[in-house]
Amino acid sequence: MATSNLVEVRNVTFSYDQRQVLKDINLVIPKGKVVAIMGLSGCGKTTLLRLIGRALVPDQGEIRVAGEVINELDDEGLFALRRKIGMLFQFGALFTDMSSFDNVAFQMREHTQLPEVLIRDLTLMKLQAVGLRGAADLMPSELSGGMARRVALARSIALDPMLMLYDEPFTGLDPISLGVIGQLIRRLNDALGATSIVVTHDVAEALELVDYVYYMSAGKVEFQGTPGEVRAASLPSLRQFVYGEPDGPVPFHYPAPEYGRDLLTQ
Amino acid sequence: MMTRRELDLWVGIFAVFGIGAMLFLSLKVANLASFTSADTYQINAKFENIGGLKIRAPVKSAGVVVGRVGDIRFDNESFEAVVSMNIDSRFQFPKDSSAKILTSGLLGEQYIGITAGGDSANLKGGDILKLTQSAVVLENLIGQFLYNKAAEGSGKK
Amino acid sequence: MTQRVLELMRALGARIVNNWIWRLGFACRFLWLTLKESGPSFRRFHLTIREIYFAGVLSLVIILVSGLFVGMVLGLQGYDTLVRYGSSEALGVLVSLSLVRELGPVVAGLLFASRAGSAITAEIGLMKATEQLSAMEMMAVDPIARVVAPRFWGGVLSMPLLAALFSAMGVFGGYLVGVRLIGVDEGSFWSQMQAAVDFREDIVNGIIKSFVFGVAVSWIAVFEGYDAPPTAEGVSGATTRTVVTSSLAILALDFVLTALMFRGL
Repeated sequence: MATSNLVEVRNVTFSYDQRQVLKDINLVIPKGKVVAIMGLSGCGKTTLLRLIGRALVPDQGEIRVAGEVINELDDEGLFALRRKIGMLFQFGALFTDMSSFDNVAFQMREHTQLPEVLIRDLTLMKLQAVGLRGAADLMPSELSGGMARRVALARSIALDPMLMLYDEPFTGLDPISLGVIGQLIRRLNDALGATSIVVTHDVAEALELVDYVYYMSAGKVEFQGTPGEVRAASLPSLRQFVYGEPDGPVPFHYPAPEYGRDLLTQ
Repeated sequence: MMTRRELDLWVGIFAVFGIGAMLFLSLKVANLASFTSADTYQINAKFENIGGLKIRAPVKSAGVVVGRVGDIRFDNESFEAVVSMNIDSRFQFPKDSSAKILTSGLLGEQYIGITAGGDSANLKGGDILKLTQSAVVLENLIGQFLYNKAAEGSGKK
Repeated sequence: MTQRVLELMRALGARIVNNWIWRLGFACRFLWLTLKESGPSFRRFHLTIREIYFAGVLSLVIILVSGLFVGMVLGLQGYDTLVRYGSSEALGVLVSLSLVRELGPVVAGLLFASRAGSAITAEIGLMKATEQLSAMEMMAVDPIARVVAPRFWGGVLSMPLLAALFSAMGVFGGYLVGVRLIGVDEGSFWSQMQAAVDFREDIVNGIIKSFVFGVAVSWIAVFEGYDAPPTAEGVSGATTRTVVTSSLAILALDFVLTALMFRGL
């Protein structure tokens, strides 16, 4: 049953309490590619990422990762799945009570029986890949935002996962760090032979970096295509998003009573 | 961030201090050293009235604690209280010793006082003391006092 | 009119069920999960040792100093009252029984809740707010086993030690004031104390109390932290709730335990 898709999302519906976030959504992530999921805040992209990472379970529909339906996995299967997925959280989410080195070594120490000497080498290699081998002994509080995110990236690739999930990796970074993270996402993906899903609303960086784009709005996929197709798209909401137009399908003015009347009345 | 060595050291010190405090409380503040695991043998005594005697009350002889009250039961045949005492094996008493229920101070807690008799044979485990004196019950004392007073009064007339 | 009253009652009922009963149920299930996942806390004991350090060792200063002062005050006040009845030699009895039976476990418990309990809640709440717990879950490490359970056991194991230290310091404080400062006879101080304080009735019961309080405070602290809304206000509210709920729990449990333990004496 060879399929070239690593992740398949079929007819997934999900609600937080009463609020429906995803409505019957479908998408596929091909193996070995870097795919962006973009959209405005609240469109459900982060929720989708968590569903794929099995931090949440869909109300309806199914999600397949590497051919297995993940919403019905037992504890053992879940355990095995999570070791093959790496996730980079929005601000890194490093464990603040341990050093960068210990953070990166965490998964190796918890899940493998490797001797400390070997773990040390592997950890330093991962840190080297993100350019922070020299910062190994620093505590997370001593790292800048960009550095913290890079260490978190090293941590999430510690066990060479086959699927990497990135939750808003470009938020709040200076231009240099932005470039670095973008480069790293691409390089690591190709070096590991992995597949990556990047959730972001940083259009410029994303279009430079990824192979394929899904544009979401209000819980559904409104557009999908290569970066070239996205730039050329005529869909008004997508154009407004990509080119950052202040007014369009998403209006500039928050709904309010008529202007003249509002000024003149008491 | 402390190394594991330092953490272990401090926690070890803490544990030693804590257990030391517990030992201090048990030995110096409470009476652990004196009586818990000594070997004891049991003797019984029957009383008409035990007053306020409680389980674990001391059993003293010549004012020295020689044992503790183990159990207090009611004998439905003779309608007397049966008190079993656990006496420290170091101390032996003659078979004809007597037991009295005494009060510590004027209004203090009650205890059993054993007065040694003269018999050459000693009490063994399970023996019953024959001579006992019950507790002084305040109401009876007052009643007796009033009765005597009344008797005196009518006698004088 | 009746409509409003009914509305109010419905709202009150909803509040009670949602805030109290639902949370209590969740808290119980959480305790069960914590206990179930306690294996690593003992198999990798260094995790728990770390928490004993942060909860117990770092509370030593406040516990020892408070214990000393409480004991000294007991000495002063106790002497003042006892001397009126000519029973000043019973000072040792008064100080030691008050401490070992009640003040040791209770005050140490309250101090522990304020210092260590709030710290535990804040730490777990903050880890939740910064997604560290989610990250751990994504790495297939159960945060309850790795983060929550060691903190729970660290608190449970620290409490009896702290209560004993509090009582011991208190007795010492009472001794300092009574014997050294005021001049109560040293011999009577200790001998009457030894006669009156029973190991099984008083010391052991005191230890049982402090253990129960330790369980209550640790449970509340880890639960509030884990359940805190992942915002700044959420964590601060959870920390406050830990201190308040722990304190009330300690006082209520103290009454129940005292009634059970000392009534028959």
